[in-house]
Amino acid sequence: MSLDHSSDTSARPTTRYGSNSGQALTRRDGLLKVTGQATYAADNHPAQLAYAVMVGATIARGHVTAMDVEAASRHPGVIEIFTPDSAPHFAHDPDEKMPPFGFRLELLQNHSVRYAGQPIALVVAETLEAATEGARLLKPAYETEEARTTLDNGVEFDPKAVGVGGPPSTSHGDLDAAFAASETIVEAEYSTPAQYHNAMEPHAVVAEWTDDHLTLDMPNQALAMSCASYARYFDIPVENVVIRSPFLGGGFGSKAILNGPQILAIAAARKLKRPVKLALTRAQMYGPVGHRGQTWQTLRMGLSGNGRLKAIHHRSISATSSFDDFLEPAANASLPLYAADALLAEHKGLRLDIGTPGPMRAPGEASGSAALEVAIDEAAEACGLDPLEFRLLNYAESEPGSGRPFSSKALRECYERGAEVFGWKQRPRAPRTMQDENGLLVGWGMGTAVFPCPMFPAQARTTVRADGSVLVETGGVDMGQGAWTALAQIAAEALGLEAHEIEFRSGVSTLPDAGVAGGSGHTASAGLALSKAGLNALAKLAEIAANDPASPLFGAGNIGVVPRGGRLVRRDDESRGERFADILIRAKQSEVTGEAKSMREPENAEKFAMYSHGAVFAEVKVDPDLGQIRTTRLVGAFAAGRVINPRLVRSQYYGGMIWGTSFALHEAAFIDHRTGRVMNADLAEYHVPVNADVPSLEAILVAEDDPYVNSIGVKGVGEIGITGTVGAIANAVWHATGMRVRNFPIHIEDILVL
Amino acid sequence: MAIQKFKLPDIPSIAVQISTSLFLNGVRMSLSISLTINGDARTIVLEDPRVTLLDLLRERLQLTGTKKGCDRGQCGACTVLVDGRRINSCLTLAMTVDGAHVTTIEGLATGDELHPVQAAFLECDGLQCGYCTPGQIMSAVGLIAEGQAAGDPERVRELMSGNICRCGAYKGITEAVLVAIEKDATTSKERDAA
Repeated sequence: MSLDHSSDTSARPTTRYGSNSGQALTRRDGLLKVTGQATYAADNHPAQLAYAVMVGATIARGHVTAMDVEAASRHPGVIEIFTPDSAPHFAHDPDEKMPPFGFRLELLQNHSVRYAGQPIALVVAETLEAATEGARLLKPAYETEEARTTLDNGVEFDPKAVGVGGPPSTSHGDLDAAFAASETIVEAEYSTPAQYHNAMEPHAVVAEWTDDHLTLDMPNQALAMSCASYARYFDIPVENVVIRSPFLGGGFGSKAILNGPQILAIAAARKLKRPVKLALTRAQMYGPVGHRGQTWQTLRMGLSGNGRLKAIHHRSISATSSFDDFLEPAANASLPLYAADALLAEHKGLRLDIGTPGPMRAPGEASGSAALEVAIDEAAEACGLDPLEFRLLNYAESEPGSGRPFSSKALRECYERGAEVFGWKQRPRAPRTMQDENGLLVGWGMGTAVFPCPMFPAQARTTVRADGSVLVETGGVDMGQGAWTALAQIAAEALGLEAHEIEFRSGVSTLPDAGVAGGSGHTASAGLALSKAGLNALAKLAEIAANDPASPLFGAGNIGVVPRGGRLVRRDDESRGERFADILIRAKQSEVTGEAKSMREPENAEKFAMYSHGAVFAEVKVDPDLGQIRTTRLVGAFAAGRVINPRLVRSQYYGGMIWGTSFALHEAAFIDHRTGRVMNADLAEYHVPVNADVPSLEAILVAEDDPYVNSIGVKGVGEIGITGTVGAIANAVWHATGMRVRNFPIHIEDILVL
Repeated sequence: MAIQKFKLPDIPSIAVQISTSLFLNGVRMSLSISLTINGDARTIVLEDPRVTLLDLLRERLQLTGTKKGCDRGQCGACTVLVDGRRINSCLTLAMTVDGAHVTTIEGLATGDELHPVQAAFLECDGLQCGYCTPGQIMSAVGLIAEGQAAGDPERVRELMSGNICRCGAYKGITEAVLVAIEKDATTSKERDAA
């Protein structure tokens, strides 16, 4: 183990101007987090606070026929009970979708139950204990219908869209011809389970009304969008909604889109004219707050005699709820990665009596990559090629299908560096040939990581003041990725200052809209807005100075100026310049403000394919008697544009690789098909990796300069680590045991027949 | 039946009196416990025997640094030290800690000086979203006091496995605990030498 971060610092230029991205600063919010002072939503206690507890349905399909409201009301401390018979009124019909991303919600609008865990009542009391007991006393009775929770009894359909508005089918080239021309065809079926985000912080809200003004303390990945949606549900102007989300205890996509329980708590606060706190229990997070939907995938690959891919046909049946659509766009994972003459990605939907799935860290990419990377391993095996050699043979120099050039793609370097550090060259081709000194079977596998680089509209504001201070503002969200640190570094860099020299405000909806913290696009989107806002503020300063005969910068307009340590200086002669503050003082202005919106250059967006890439290498050890599988080593090499803060970026990769480990070997929700309920709705039986499950991780940062992705060169790092890792581990299990397991997660029972 | 509001105490306060009562199944419940929290002696009148130590800390005493992740003893976010031993405060009824010394994340730093474990978590980036962090740190402090791990990373990982981190900051967490163990050993040696 090494604590030496010298590799981080070696990348620093010898002369730094300002905060300079590339520095491994510790987290700006770290001190608050290690001392227990970081305030998460449920930590708030306004005066007169009442506690709400949600009641979830214990059946998956049917109707609530009765609830013992009287018994619950009688319990000391209970204030109010909301059921479909006493439901709050909403200005927006919860059975209608709320654009752009809103789902159909359950807000007690009727007595029907469409999935287990659906909110069917809300109990509000003076204490959490009283509300909890009140909720228990309701003892709902049901008229139950058969739950449809399997591939056999679900209803298959052709979806209009997959993921967030993506086409359900994408095709390039002549698939039939490509298969006809193939010498070898490899085909197999794969499945991925329902997974639940399980952020450590349960979904929570503290809602407080003052007349028709609403203040919400809640973890939220999309502040501005959520304000607009809440305003519509409660029929108030959007500017009357304030969301404070300074800290999120994990989001992973589950805190980006409105959910029913929080809306009920807000309605309760309005009716009772008191602040109301609602925090879901862990078990209640397996229903109304989204999940990664199940997939059943088929991959068919056509290969030429020398191991070149001719055709890839990737199909996915993706599960969604009976009443709304979010389909894992799993098959699309096969589109951007390997060169093939023809590609077809197709999706079917499957309606089940489950809560509506939603985006969960790498939605589609994770599930699709899991299947694709195993299929690639199988294709390599069929061709008698080393898996790395096979991948290099089918390396896409331009985007498969479209032929567009990549804005940057250092995947080859990722393969090289990762393989070298891992020691891949020593890998015997045949499976089940390596054992360690304790007799455990050892296997090595690899996978390619890939993730797109979306950008969202974002805004920022920079204010340079005559007293020498600088304020930068954007309503960004730090859910653990380190946004407050990285964004402040970007903002400071634009101004030629150190990160600690600026005041950085974020995390509340009253600030400029920083867009959605999702899709691995927050740093790029909000960062670009901050960078531009800073440059705009400096441009205003430069204009004042260049037109001021008393300024050393007088007449420098054509030559240009650059910021250096709180001064603007001439580009051609850095000895000539003056402090930002002096420019303002002489102009008798208290401040200048620069505002900006971020957008990718449309021309570049059109011209280039933009992705982050990586290569993941895994070692597993398998007990030949017990079937126990452990990931003993993971090495990932990633290229994702410019690295703003290597300390935080590594942590994102580690986190992603651990999620990949979890996907491959641990997590799955198991549904009791007799009742339609999740049987393991808790953290003891829904397995997520613990510390002992990930003994050795290494993330290599491969340099990549991308002038096209955006002007700050930033791609995204939050999700890519999952992709590639799942396949790498599954392939290592095959290499250790000779058994090809295609249903995730791979458990002991899958390989017990050793 | 009218319920009296809780009088929320100032933080930190020496003696907290929550004078309220509740009828449970017709029986008036009122339980008084005395305990020391982060060095402050407190007497607390519990109006409700169902209150866990976690909810006492968070909802009554405003010590919200300790987190609730599962309320079932499965995640470790609520870890505090009771008489020096790490426990899940969500599985502990407040009534049962009468007379105990409780240390929470708020009681770890000395003034502006971080506890070595806190400093190591910051330096090693042993955190992301920060929600499990108080529990991780308290667990690490308990672990070091137990003296079981020595400097063995494998043992640290095993003995820290009662604290789940969904973000996946385990590598930094393990490094932080090892750094703190080393620092603790150095400090002990210096103390012994003095």
